[in-house]
Amino acid sequence: MNPSPQTSAKCEVLFTVNGEAKKVLAHPMERLLDVLRNDLKLTGAKEGCGEGECGSCSVLLDGMLVNSCLIPVAQASGANIVTIEGISAHALIHPLQEAFLECGGAQCGICTPGMILAAVHLLEKKPEPALADIREGLAGNLCRCTGYMQIFEAVARAARRRVVS
Amino acid sequence: MRADPSEYKLVSPGNLQAVLSLMAGEPAQWLPIAGGTDVMVLYSAGKLPNRKLVNIWNIPELRQIEIFPDRICIGAACTYTSLRSHAIVVREFPLLATAASWTGGIANQNRGTLGGNIANASPAADSLPALLVYEAEVTLISVRGERRVAYRNFHSGYKQTALAADELIRDISLPRRFSGYVSHARKVGARNAQAISKVCLAALGRMADGAIQDVCLALGSVAPVPLRLNETEHLLAGKKIGPSLIDSARKSVVQKIRPIDDIRSTARYRAAVAGNLVAEFLEKLAAEGANA
Repeated sequence: MNPSPQTSAKCEVLFTVNGEAKKVLAHPMERLLDVLRNDLKLTGAKEGCGEGECGSCSVLLDGMLVNSCLIPVAQASGANIVTIEGISAHALIHPLQEAFLECGGAQCGICTPGMILAAVHLLEKKPEPALADIREGLAGNLCRCTGYMQIFEAVARAARRRVVS
Repeated sequence: MRADPSEYKLVSPGNLQAVLSLMAGEPAQWLPIAGGTDVMVLYSAGKLPNRKLVNIWNIPELRQIEIFPDRICIGAACTYTSLRSHAIVVREFPLLATAASWTGGIANQNRGTLGGNIANASPAADSLPALLVYEAEVTLISVRGERRVAYRNFHSGYKQTALAADELIRDISLPRRFSGYVSHARKVGARNAQAISKVCLAALGRMADGAIQDVCLALGSVAPVPLRLNETEHLLAGKKIGPSLIDSARKSVVQKIRPIDDIRSTARYRAAVAGNLVAEFLEKLAAEGANA
């Protein structure tokens, strides 16, 4: 243990979360995950492993999928953040969420916000993903309930609908 | 025990000179943090010895990939995502692009950096054997100036590196002379993504007149450092590939490596797999190299 812990001052962090400008006062090494959940009350991102292995804390940071447990909040300064709460901002429900419901892609729900965000990120990059692309795109998101097949089917279904519409 | 954020400093100078001045002012005190995929794991577990961190994620010169006629120069804070989606990396350095695609899931590839992988110095890191066979050179920078170190001399022991207390990895340079080579990358782990390797191989080779003209082999997770197999390469050079040569190569690999038993595998399994991976590459080289 460090014998003489120093204390750091809290600093103001400005960023955009789900389209709204936000200002929080936080220690720079606070994890983005904790700031989202505790300060902004956005509890969609979940803490699973807390070490970047499970993907349940996934959010989009400037359009990139990231694990919010591995981001010090100071590194998110000025960023544009999208959480599961902001994913269906312009509709009642996002087509991916609808497909997850139809296919049984969610059971206990802990992994679901991260799965949906990873799938959103995947379809942005690859609008017509093969099964291998879906598996790779979601490989950083662990699910202990479904066995994954229903999740892969949900993403494939949402992709097909997007291409048709 | 979980870390208390109030006990840690994180500053973002936003330019390279200011970062280097900070590191020079209090050597070994300031830990650089880029994408955080290693640093934040230690931090969250309350195991990060440093209390002062300096942000290098937002330093533009560390994030670019520069192309020269004879080499490609990769900024230390380039992410795995940027590596695996770069046309020249994919075409001329497929072992590096493949290793980048193995490293973690997409979220970690969006944040994890090549320089971070080198500085973290894990013998199990997937991209490091690729850098060994591509004859990488790293540029280290401090307020004292720049120096270039051959990557094969960078790791001096388990988690020991050539980095001085005030130095930062600036870039990784790879000579553009391997496009004609047969290349082979193999990772053996519990799972493709998000699982650290039990053994991984990066190999390059070129045939001429039915014999091996040049061959470069490197393994991860079989020694305290990522390992280039010089002795096996010498044994193979100039020879025709056949069952007895493959057998000698396998023996030479097993003799050179120093695998351990740990949570991911056993020394015995690693030794057997290391030999098999080199044998598999030589069979591929014999088949594909003949047609090249």
